[in-house]
Amino acid sequence: MNDPGYWSIFLNAALINNFVLAYFLGICPFFGVSAKLETAVRMSGAVGFVMLVASVCAFGINLILEAINAPYLRIISYILVISSTVQLVEMLMRKLSPPTFRALGIFLPLITTNCAILGLALFQTNKGYGFTQAIVYALGAGAGFALALVLMAGIREKLDLADVPELFKGTAAALVVAGILSMGFMGFAGLGR
Amino acid sequence: MALKQVSPTDEFIKGLWRENPVFIQVLGMCPALAVSNTAINALAMGLATTFVLLMAGLSVSLLRNFIPREARIVSYICIIATFVTCVDYAIMAISIELHRALGAFIALIVVNCLILGRSEAFASKHNPGRAMLDALGMGVGFTVALFFIGVLREILGSGTLFGVDMFPDGFQTWTVMVLPSGGFFAMAMWLLVVNWIRQREANAEKEGDDRAGEVAS
Amino acid sequence: MNAPAPIEQKRTSAWSMYRSIVGIGAFCALLIVTVFEATAERIADNKARFLSNAVAEVLPASRSTAEVTLDADGALVAAAEPADLPVFLGYGAEGELVGAVITAQGMGYADNIRILYAYSFERQAIVGFKVLESKETPGLGDKVEIEPHFLANFEALDARLNEDGTALANAIVTVKEGEKTEPWQLDGITGATITSDAIGAILHQGSSAWLPVLERDGRLFQPALSVEE
Repeated sequence: MNDPGYWSIFLNAALINNFVLAYFLGICPFFGVSAKLETAVRMSGAVGFVMLVASVCAFGINLILEAINAPYLRIISYILVISSTVQLVEMLMRKLSPPTFRALGIFLPLITTNCAILGLALFQTNKGYGFTQAIVYALGAGAGFALALVLMAGIREKLDLADVPELFKGTAAALVVAGILSMGFMGFAGLGR
Repeated sequence: MALKQVSPTDEFIKGLWRENPVFIQVLGMCPALAVSNTAINALAMGLATTFVLLMAGLSVSLLRNFIPREARIVSYICIIATFVTCVDYAIMAISIELHRALGAFIALIVVNCLILGRSEAFASKHNPGRAMLDALGMGVGFTVALFFIGVLREILGSGTLFGVDMFPDGFQTWTVMVLPSGGFFAMAMWLLVVNWIRQREANAEKEGDDRAGEVAS
Repeated sequence: MNAPAPIEQKRTSAWSMYRSIVGIGAFCALLIVTVFEATAERIADNKARFLSNAVAEVLPASRSTAEVTLDADGALVAAAEPADLPVFLGYGAEGELVGAVITAQGMGYADNIRILYAYSFERQAIVGFKVLESKETPGLGDKVEIEPHFLANFEALDARLNEDGTALANAIVTVKEGEKTEPWQLDGITGATITSDAIGAILHQGSSAWLPVLERDGRLFQPALSVEE
């Protein structure tokens, strides 16, 4: 049990401890772009992609930091390396595959310094995951983020048509919806065993 | 800009209410919701963020003529990450228990949009004194907001405040408030209160204007 | 604004960019290393105290502890550096072996649960238990930390080894509340079924891994005692 299976890691990251609804990571884009379904889908694609990149980076950095015994550089190197790698990838993407860039690219700069990305890198280090485990964890987190975002966008599109009291409009209503979603996700607890 | 000369007190006060980072600007939500399940955690998180805000504001403001425009974001992130690392170690030295309770969320202060936002929008354009005042105001506003959310969640969710029992034994705690979903609900409740007060303010102002208009005509 | 930031007319030269980035890097490095050095001692102190407090709580009879680990041949040796899931031998005032303290973890209802528990050589039983880390549902899953009848399991939870000393004689399992009949069963908590089951499984797993080795080598182990306050 010290070495949880891949499926358990995936479920844990995607459903049980959903990054948005249980850890409150990546809340800004969650509220920011969840007003429309299409943007939400694209955004989650971009986030999932960056999470993968970040996870690989974090794994590499952690190896180096442990080799030179400098844990105090962790925060600063994670954030700098991850954001520069994502920028590199963004440039490459613009050059090599313009359609992908048009679909995902505009979101990339927005999410490099997003808490979900750094959170993922830190959590995977804290949990001591190996390389494949880290990749699976990143995939799970990305899937969980996408699920939460798409659900939220669907609900908010409907909510636009509803008659909401003036005071409640905007963030307050979105927060309550998120709270209810979060309660729903609590039902997944216990799946990881 | 002589027309819009802002007094130092205003620079401080605006963070508390008019531009409150959590309730009005809705920035830095991730720590605001994640570690506000007890009042003491919320307070610690708020203070840590305030410290980083202050130091980052001071450094950015001091270095504002030294940092070229093209390299500013990376410089700011570097400075912020440094102070966050310092806070991380300081908290560990003060109390391991507190550090365990806050967990990775201390490190996540780095990506709190509030800090980068204030560095970029304010500290990089003002002198150190002003930048510190602004940072202090924002920090205190952030801390107070977090504290309010924390108090609400702790009282309802655990029936305690700072670990002291608040209710007679029969009280059934609203467990949901200390769960993640409670964070969303508590924040929504405070937002409602804030919106309500703001609406009343706006209405009062409008009425005042109307009356002034009548007198003039 | 009294002193508006100068508006750059021409592109900043690469030299000044290098200069500023290196300058800031040096400043940051200096600061981080200073703070790290200044706090390192206190942090190590705090961590040690946190752990020794926890050990004292599960095994009150111990006055000093020695962390042990397995070498490549599976023999018990003193640990060179603190492990992720440390195991300690606890010694009384006269240096006699009073028990072992084992850290173990496993998946609970919501996330990993990490526990610390004490094993008494004399009684061949688990005699103390403490949750170090858990995210179980407050009010339900976290009852394992406070519920008196659950904690009563750890007055003496039978953990005898089988005759050749290679495994537990009886698997430690959690049973439904009020259905405990054997000394190696954990009386579970209604409403926290999964968490109390998980605790049973973690105990079983940790004990199966460590108790055979501790029983074989523990009494012979020569500790270099570290004295606690």
